[in-house]
Amino acid sequence: MTSTEGTIITPADLAGGGVRGDDPDARGKFGEFGGRFVPEALIPALDEVAAEYEKAKNDLGFIREFDHLLRTYAGRPTTLTEVPRFAEHAGGARILLKREDLTHTGAHKINNVLGQALLTKRLGKRRVIAETGAGQHGVATATAAALMGLECVIYMGAVDCERQALNVARMKLLGATVVPVTAGSQTLKDAINEAFRDWVTNVDHTHYVFGTVAGPHPFPEIVRDFARIIGVEARRQVLELTGRLPDAVCAAVGGGSNAMGIFHAFIDDQDVKLYGFEAGGRGAESGEHALTLTKGSVGVLHGARTYVLQDDEGQTIESHSISAGLDYPGVGPEHAWLKDTGRATYEGVTDEEAMEAFALLARTEGIIPAIESAHGLAGALRLGRELGPGAVILVNLSGRGDKDMGTAMKYFNL
Amino acid sequence: MTTLQAVFEKARAENRAALVGYLPAGFPSKDGAIAAATAMVEAGCDVIEIGLPYSDPLMDGPTIQDAVHRSLTNGTRIADVLRTVEGVAKSGAATLVMTYWNPVDRYGAERFARELASAGGAGTITPDLTPEEAGPWLAASEGAGIDTVFLVAPSSPDERIARVAACCSGFVYAASLMGVTGARETVSAAAEGLVKRTKAQTSLPVCVGLGVGTGAQAAEVAAYADGVIVGSAFIRRLLDAPDEKSGIAAVRELAAELARGVRS
Repeated sequence: MTSTEGTIITPADLAGGGVRGDDPDARGKFGEFGGRFVPEALIPALDEVAAEYEKAKNDLGFIREFDHLLRTYAGRPTTLTEVPRFAEHAGGARILLKREDLTHTGAHKINNVLGQALLTKRLGKRRVIAETGAGQHGVATATAAALMGLECVIYMGAVDCERQALNVARMKLLGATVVPVTAGSQTLKDAINEAFRDWVTNVDHTHYVFGTVAGPHPFPEIVRDFARIIGVEARRQVLELTGRLPDAVCAAVGGGSNAMGIFHAFIDDQDVKLYGFEAGGRGAESGEHALTLTKGSVGVLHGARTYVLQDDEGQTIESHSISAGLDYPGVGPEHAWLKDTGRATYEGVTDEEAMEAFALLARTEGIIPAIESAHGLAGALRLGRELGPGAVILVNLSGRGDKDMGTAMKYFNL
Repeated sequence: MTTLQAVFEKARAENRAALVGYLPAGFPSKDGAIAAATAMVEAGCDVIEIGLPYSDPLMDGPTIQDAVHRSLTNGTRIADVLRTVEGVAKSGAATLVMTYWNPVDRYGAERFARELASAGGAGTITPDLTPEEAGPWLAASEGAGIDTVFLVAPSSPDERIARVAACCSGFVYAASLMGVTGARETVSAAAEGLVKRTKAQTSLPVCVGLGVGTGAQAAEVAAYADGVIVGSAFIRRLLDAPDEKSGIAAVRELAAELARGVRS
């Protein structure tokens, strides 16, 4: 691959290198999951995005440009940090953190957004919209829009605007318009509804920079592919550091993009267990949680068939999590498929467990994680105790916790 | 002949377009929805779409969102939707259910089709179901003998229109504009072209919805479409009224105005 020499991404890296045939089928289905359940008005736009992405991912020019941005703008490759003092609480397992918190804008979301912003330009569109929960995807989108001179509108639940006020200010400073969404539960799911309404109205000049591996085809595939670099790098780095593959890969799962990003490069490594940790909120029994895969049922939400928190008549049940980024009653269809095929395991982590891990990583290692990522860390602590001494656990530290200081101040009375 | 076929045949015989009115079940109240829809039929609506309230109506604008939210807050369930259909169908109008796919999927496609048919429902309109995913619903609807209406949009290329129309029975729903539901100042210029393109692909009647709210707009659309669909404008009357009774009177008045429109 001389034409991409010196770069970190190859076409195979981007497109999954044809691993296993786990790309969705022509209808965008992973098994029974995924597909498109959207107004007919959007079908041509989704077809257009899918066709353009198909061309882009095989275009060395596109790959070079994406790679260049990841290296010179986003700060890739991100480092791998072993955290022995933290791991003392994990039954003697070795814990390795993939440091997505060190990327520009402070979370893994920048990977997907840079890819989609480039795609937007290829599509000839001048405006981007996005939904955001914790605000990280909104900040990343606003950042990429500023970089590339695109008009940017971010939809954010009014409740989330309040708990992530700092990110709202960042988006505004970056030149984006932030629209607080007051419908429904005023969180991520309602922001997605509103973004779809905007998209169907302005689709001729607007690209919807979908923020996670959910939504209608081709978003689950595109977002995964742009986030896939996380696992590609981490796999090499773990091999270099330990001489072997990890026993387990852990990540928090809301919509599931950081998890798919780190999982995907390991899917063929059957001995590497994949663990997704969902937001257990106030506990599985409390009814106030975001345990979509572990407690939900199969349905359709936001354009895809997947697991959903819903009542007996298909009405979406509002989720709860201390972490805005995981506060979502749906999940990406590929996760639904990984769950049903048994390739990945999904468990819950409560608000309390997550906040303990959040504080523990800060005190033992000097790293303040995003509360979202703290769910993956809490899961790794639990898993370490199960796997025993010597186990190697890779955790996606998907973002940094600066945005969460308000929540932490309240929670810990700081 | 199905109920919908009879409606369009009658309208054609009278040399006019059919008038289709939308209201969500459970709004302004469970009984109020039946009363309001019945008033719409008495004042000239040929077809009534009863909306099945859904928590995530991503195709709907603020007016319908508001009504649906109130309906869900009122505790509206699918049994209430079916009761509403039964009540409205008694008025003689062809009564459809407009629903997002997930509630039907969860309830069970066959069960929903069967129960809708026995409530006197004529069929469904499914705005987020596309031909690729429509198989199970087409089978269930055929089994129950009810019609299936799907949407085409200004963005739909001709081959997509043909594919959607092939899934439709009763009529084809042409979304007049790129956007969500809600009354607009003017009817989109895209509507007429879309109707023309749709008629080139199918012999089914083509009805136009989205953005129609006045008698004059109904008359304009009736000049080129087989039916005129009005939703948000009716809901707006109910939302703005001081009480249910005057809301229903206002709805009746609007239906009469629209009925004159489709006849002009």
